[in-house]
Formats: sequence, C-alpha cells, structure tokens
Amino acid sequence: MLVSVLAPGLLTTVQDAGRQGARAFGVGVSGAADAYSLAVGNVLAGNPPDAAALEITLTGPTLRFGRSATIALCGAAIDAHVDGIALPGWRPIRLRKGTTLTLGACRRGARAYLSVAGGIDVPLVLGSRSTDLRGGFGGHRGRALRRGDEVSVGSPPGNAHHHREAVAIAPWWIDHEPDLDFSDSIAVRVLTGHDASQPSDALHAHEWIVDASSNRQGLRLRGPALQAADARERISEPVTPGTIQLPSDGAPIVLLADAQTVGGYPRIGHVITADLPRLAQRRAGQRLRFIPVDHALAARANAQQRARLGRIAVGVRGLRTED
Amino acid sequence: MHGWRPIGATSIPDAEFTPADVKLDIPIERLGDTALLVRFGAAIDAALNQRVHACAQILRARAPAWLLDLAPAYASLAAHVDTSGLRGDDPLSAAEAWLRETIDENLIEDAPTTPREMEIPVIYGGDAGPDLAEVAARAGIGTEALVAMHMANQYTVAMMGFAPGFPYLLGLDARLATPRHARPRERVAAGSVGIGGAQTGIYPAAGPGGWRIIGRTPLRLFDPTRHPPCLLQAGDRVRFVAIDAARFAELEAQTRRAPT
Repeated sequence: MLVSVLAPGLLTTVQDAGRQGARAFGVGVSGAADAYSLAVGNVLAGNPPDAAALEITLTGPTLRFGRSATIALCGAAIDAHVDGIALPGWRPIRLRKGTTLTLGACRRGARAYLSVAGGIDVPLVLGSRSTDLRGGFGGHRGRALRRGDEVSVGSPPGNAHHHREAVAIAPWWIDHEPDLDFSDSIAVRVLTGHDASQPSDALHAHEWIVDASSNRQGLRLRGPALQAADARERISEPVTPGTIQLPSDGAPIVLLADAQTVGGYPRIGHVITADLPRLAQRRAGQRLRFIPVDHALAARANAQQRARLGRIAVGVRGLRTED
Repeated sequence: MHGWRPIGATSIPDAEFTPADVKLDIPIERLGDTALLVRFGAAIDAALNQRVHACAQILRARAPAWLLDLAPAYASLAAHVDTSGLRGDDPLSAAEAWLRETIDENLIEDAPTTPREMEIPVIYGGDAGPDLAEVAARAGIGTEALVAMHMANQYTVAMMGFAPGFPYLLGLDARLATPRHARPRERVAAGSVGIGGAQTGIYPAAGPGGWRIIGRTPLRLFDPTRHPPCLLQAGDRVRFVAIDAARFAELEAQTRRAPT
C-alpha cells in the first residue's frame, strides 16, 4: 500500500527502534527520539513495538492512504482530521481507502508518531529502517519527507476490514502517564558522568530552558554557564543518547537519538533511559530540572517502563480480538 | 540484503560467567545506564589505539546476544548493552563482569597485526583544496612542499567518528598542524581531505566542516549499502597519492554513487 505525501510537515522522518551495531563505522543509533511513544503506537496499530513509523516534528504532514488502514497517533498531542472529524491520540483508528489524513500543529509536546498497521516499508540499511539525517541514508531516501513522495506500507497480518465510514475510532485509549510529562517544567533523572562540574551540584541546582537550536541530535539548554571541574582539552571518547556534554561556552547539551558516536566535550551526566521519551517531547522555551539518581534506581525505572509497555501490549491484544 | 547483522546476532550462546579471578587493571566505567566504557588511556597514541581495536576484535568474536554494539575510539571503547537481556537489580554489573572476564591482556598483546595498506588518490589545491595555500603559508613552505610532505607520511586509521565513515588519521607531519577554521564552512564537498589541528582526515559526505581543506579524493569513503560500508577500517595504513584532473574524473566516473 502506498501513502501519498500531499504536504510534508516541518520535519517528518521514518524511524524505528534504531540502528545498533554500526558505531564502529561512525554510524549512530538514530531511531525514534521518543521510543516509548513509537512502541505504544505500533502496539495499537497491531505491529511489533519496534516497527518503522513516521516521526512528526511540531507540524504534521497531510497524507492520502491508497488503501484502508489501521493507524495510531502517539507522543505529542497533534491536531488530526479526516473529513472534518477530529482524531484523538493513543488509540487504534481505522481509515477507509482513499482517506486524506490532515495533521496540524503539535499542541503539547514536540514529536508525534504515526504508526500504520504493517509498518512503514522502506529498505533495511545497516539493520534498521531509521533515517540517519546527518549521514543521509536510511528511511525514505535518507531524508525527511517531501511533497509528492510515496511511502510504502507493509501488508498487515490478519484480514482486511471494510467499513463505510471514513473513520472508525476505538472507544478506549492508552494512558501515557507516568512515562510522558508534557507540563511546562519537568523532572529528568540523571546519573553522574565522567567529568564533574564546578561546583559539583551545579547541574541540579536550578532549572534549565530548552533552546530553539535543539534538534534530534541534542537538546541545547540555557541557564547560568557551567564550568567543568577539569577544563583541560580531552580526546574524543564514546557518547550515547542521554549523555550530557558541556562545551566551553558553559551551556549543556543533552544528546538525543541522533547522537554522534564519539565526542570530545566533558561529560557531566547521563539522563536515564526511561526519561529520554519525556526529554524528546520538550519544546523550545520549556523548562526542566535534573534530579540525581543512582544506577539501582535507573535500572528499576527502566524495568518498570518495560513492564508497563508489556502490559499495554497484552491489554491491547485482548481488546483488538474482542472487536 | 548484504549479509549485515548486528554484532550480537552472530554470537555463541551466553556462557555462564563468574567474577574473574584475574584482576583487570583497565578501568571500566559506566556511560549512562546502557553502556560501559573501557579506558586504555587518555592520549592520542598509535600503540594505545591498537590495543583498543584488538580488544574490540576479541569482544566482537565472543559477543553475547545482549551486547548490542561496540564503539572503539582513540584510547577507549564503549560496549552498548541491551539491559533487558540481563538479569538482576543491576544489569550493567553483569555486563561489566563479562567484560572483565573476556578482556584478556595477553590476547590483546598477542593480537595479530597485519594492517591493510591503502592508497588514497587526491587532487591537491585549486577548487578541490581551497585552503592549500593558507596551510602552506602558515607552515612557511610552498604548496608543492606541503603536498610532498602530506604524501610522504604513512597514516594509521585511528577510528571512525564525527560522521558516518569519517576516518581520523594519525601520523600527520607536525609541521603541517593547522588550527581549524574559527567559523566552519557551511559546505565541504564529499571526499575533501582536510587538516584539523594535528590530524588529517577525509569528509565522506558533503556537509558543514571546520577543517582546512587541501584536496579531494574521488573515492567513495562511505556507502551504507556496501559491505562493509566504509572503504577504510581502523588500523589501516594509508598513503595519499597526487592525481591530476583527468585521472580524478576517470576515477570519479568509476565510483559515482548509485542513485538512491
């Protein structure tokens, strides 16, 4: 099935759970910046949690579906319409063949995920369907969607459904609490990094504001300038999504999904994996504060998030077989 | 398909591992909650770097399913871990125990070193190397002398980083070391050969870049659909060979990228 891109939105890319095993080639992970929303959306659409979906940034695309399709919109709360009918997020929605889906602004959060039953079917490159924007490969032709693109969707398992209405919306939905938090100021849990800041609690001492220059590679934070305790130049060492770097201008950068594989700046902390989704939903001008935690708490938080995803998958499977 | 698989997928079944009797001197620290960083040193040094890649080779050959990726750098190596595949309240400690068990100093010392020797054809100066004259002037030499010096040395690929397929090369003649541009160029052509501080490297794809550009190669350094995707690999010995515009055009036609 083909989905036609009538309007592309601000930055719409194909992303799955990311690309592992290619860092030795200088290739980072990419993948959904908010992996939690990707997984829930896929489960709602009847896909494996790591299937490829569209990651929509701030303003969404207008898409025409060549066949009937089951979709789900997760992550940021986005204006979505079919034939003047507003579509809610976090639940399965069936669209009739030939439907035009109009996605507008993200009202809360920065990134929405459109999962389609069958998954976005672009070729696997180095083991993943994710778009590597800096490398210019993967996803749909290695770039964000443009007007006129036709994106292929895989065949969903199970029988095709037929219905007269343009849309059929499930009467139930998934609650994204506590994994996402769209409020204006949020708490993000951090582990210590290799390098100390000066003073040592400077990262946790006050709120940070997300700068407009933030992107999939990293969130740039504004606040009082920090200093590394040891400001000497250092050689490049590995970094990963969640790493908090401190460049010499004193403004921390939290690396996101498009993190490079190595970096030379001091590393003053790491955001725990369970909190990366809420970090990916921060918009320019919004605030966050860092809360120091230890590894035992991080491991527990990650395991609990995985358990919630597991329960959602079981529950959704039950509801889908009922109808 | 091109036979590419994540490293853990080729592994032998997870062996039961117990804390090692032998104490490993190499520090291992945590890189967040999903990776461990093994540090061999904190200097840019060919011998240190060789130990990093020998270690990566040993770990790759024995990778359990939970070992998602290895990121070798100048003097350190990150092991990225699927913590959902490990048991216990602190899954990274299990991964660390495996690393301490598996990283054997003797194996690293005895790792065979038969580096490949690679030649990179380069057209120096002109549009292909807009900073050639300035780098020569800063070094107090002529452009021809600069080109001769750049070609005379043999370089070692220390790691890939910064961008997919970007090789960091050790072995630049110290007299050619030149600081990066204060303001990076918005667009550097694919194949551009540059000098950044005491290092030389090659931009695999067009994009912004701050290194001083002295020439360009027609070879395609990175192609994600090729196996392996990088023309060069860590440990390779590289020499640059000057070519003229006609030879550049000929080689470029041979290696022109397939439409994607």
